[in-house]
Amino acid sequence: MTYELSGPLLAQLALSGLGMGFLFALIAIGLTLIYGVMGVVNFAHGEFLMLSMYATYIAYATWHIDPLVTLPFVAAGMFLFGVMVYRLLIRRVIAGSMYSQIFATFGLMVFMQAAAQFIWGADYYAVRQSWLSGVLILGGLTLPVPQIASVVGASLSTALLYWFVFRTGTGRSLRAAAQDRQAAATLGIDVDRMYALAWGIGSACVGVAGSLLANFYPIFPRVGVLFVLLAYVAVALGGFGSIHGALLAGVCIGILQVIAGFFFDAQLKYIPVYLLYLVVVLLYPRGFAGRS
Amino acid sequence: MTLDRLFCIMLSVVALAITPSAFAQIKIGALYPLSGQVAKSGEDTVNAIKLAVEIVNGQYPDMKIPLASTAGLPNLGGAKIELIAADHQGNPEIGAAEAERLITQQKVVALIGAFHSSVAATSSQVAERLGVPYVSGESEATPLTERGFKWFFRTTPSSQTQARDFFTFLRDVNKTANPKVQTIALVHENTLWGQEFAKSVEGFMKDFPEFKLAIDIAYQQGTADVTSEVQKLSALKPDVIFHASYDAEAILFARTYKQYNVSPRGFMAIGAAFGSSAFRNALGGDANFFFVREHWSRDLAKTNPQVAQIAKLYRERYGKDMDGTPARAFTATIVLADAINRAGSTDPGKIRAALAATDLQPSQLIMPWDGVKFDAKGQNQGTKGIFVQTLDGSPRLVWPIDQADAKMVWPRPTWR
Repeated sequence: MTYELSGPLLAQLALSGLGMGFLFALIAIGLTLIYGVMGVVNFAHGEFLMLSMYATYIAYATWHIDPLVTLPFVAAGMFLFGVMVYRLLIRRVIAGSMYSQIFATFGLMVFMQAAAQFIWGADYYAVRQSWLSGVLILGGLTLPVPQIASVVGASLSTALLYWFVFRTGTGRSLRAAAQDRQAAATLGIDVDRMYALAWGIGSACVGVAGSLLANFYPIFPRVGVLFVLLAYVAVALGGFGSIHGALLAGVCIGILQVIAGFFFDAQLKYIPVYLLYLVVVLLYPRGFAGRS
Repeated sequence: MTLDRLFCIMLSVVALAITPSAFAQIKIGALYPLSGQVAKSGEDTVNAIKLAVEIVNGQYPDMKIPLASTAGLPNLGGAKIELIAADHQGNPEIGAAEAERLITQQKVVALIGAFHSSVAATSSQVAERLGVPYVSGESEATPLTERGFKWFFRTTPSSQTQARDFFTFLRDVNKTANPKVQTIALVHENTLWGQEFAKSVEGFMKDFPEFKLAIDIAYQQGTADVTSEVQKLSALKPDVIFHASYDAEAILFARTYKQYNVSPRGFMAIGAAFGSSAFRNALGGDANFFFVREHWSRDLAKTNPQVAQIAKLYRERYGKDMDGTPARAFTATIVLADAINRAGSTDPGKIRAALAATDLQPSQLIMPWDGVKFDAKGQNQGTKGIFVQTLDGSPRLVWPIDQADAKMVWPRPTWR
């Protein structure tokens, strides 16, 4: 089957790819930040996404607040949730073996999925007619607003995060704690506080992604799994712990899956993504921008 | 009265008291996805099975459904059915393991299941090996009844039979429609159910030569984004789109169609997803005009008052409206209970023989069927399909036209 390759078609495909890609990137950045600072993989990251989607939906369904308005509140709420998870759970296992860390976050994933199904049931919910729905028609181009919003929202959040991590004193302390925990502590940095901060910021990132995603994706207890799997690939592809690596990899994945799905078989659209991952991991085991 | 006569009477009283309790509970195992991707549908379906068990166990004298008017199973001393539901999570291996557990540990006399055809395939293999009857009320993949199994019975039509309804529907529409429908696009998820539907549609193309298959798009279930799929359709502009999708993707596809203004003359779906309450809630006005090839509709109450009674009970018990899959699972449960009662025994061989001899009439069902009667392969021969279209936010029976409750809207208006 051949298709006429018009400019608008390519532009539309690229924008959809970018829209999804920036979302994958934002989810991956949260994941990689937590990993980079304290070396813990948060297996419940997808469930954090699910929780923020439900939070967005509940605000919409109960008080008719648009997801765009809810977004900062969800991000703040998720920040607190992340700090709470760190204080109540992660801090207790951080000194233990790697297995106990894995099981702690894996257990949290199972718990959150089951709790969501218990509280909200297995039904599918969706935000209807949000401000960020519909399309923008520019000449021959059809640009879905939710995807434009994902690109804008995710790049703004990433810029903000960059500024914070690389341009502020607290950001410097955060990086110091990530590089050498003991040296940072000797220099008077409160490492425990930095860890809590990493969890907070990582969760806030996924909170923003969840609010943006809730504009167009149905919400159900297992929704996080679909997205976080690709975010894990983005983290590994970009190099564990690297923020700009995750950003680049997330965007690449988004574009690749749309292009592959269109030009090849739609059911095989994730295969090029995983192939790219294999190639990069084999040739550059540290990913695009990984550190040793 | 002599002492030994009194003793005899007492003995028979005791015997009477014991006899029913020997059969007091007859266990039936139900295998459904109660967690995971389609947990919601699994829950709705098990609820319908619970309702069927309640009707068999209780007394509903004004219903013609088998065993409704009597309490329990009269041929087994009024024994009650006990339902044991197991969660297979949509996973064929877990399904097989749960089937084995239900049969060997819980000692169920029969199994019912399994929503996913892929899980029905593995779990019925276990039932076949252990010699326990297995009734499927909603697993539609055609090969399930082509395996020559002795213990497998299916009350629902296979996906092959259902695919034919899509073409007869379009042929009917073409009698009055102008321009006539010519090109068809097929979009389906790539597990067994979707694949089988696609295969059947392709198989019927030669019987209906006036139609042309423009494209066949298979996608992976649990996809994050369907832009590339929809862009292909946007480029081809088919007259109608046939869809086989589960809930999450149905919502995602409908929204993406609207975004890219993909507006064929009709969207026709197999499976309930494009007409489900979740779909209607998620899409509001945009949920209108989708056609769903259904097994069941509440509108059937016009010709069958039992439909209204059951739909009302379901709504009262579980707080939501019954739809086609629960109605079919309900029917499968009634068929199984009726067979166990006619067998008059919990012996699997006798239950199997009774199932094979099943002959239910339309008046005993809540389905629009000619009845329930199995062929040598265990497939029910009495099935018939209907098309439902969502109009003003509720699904209305629109085809076949002689049973229709509302006039169908064709072609569908473009997206607002």
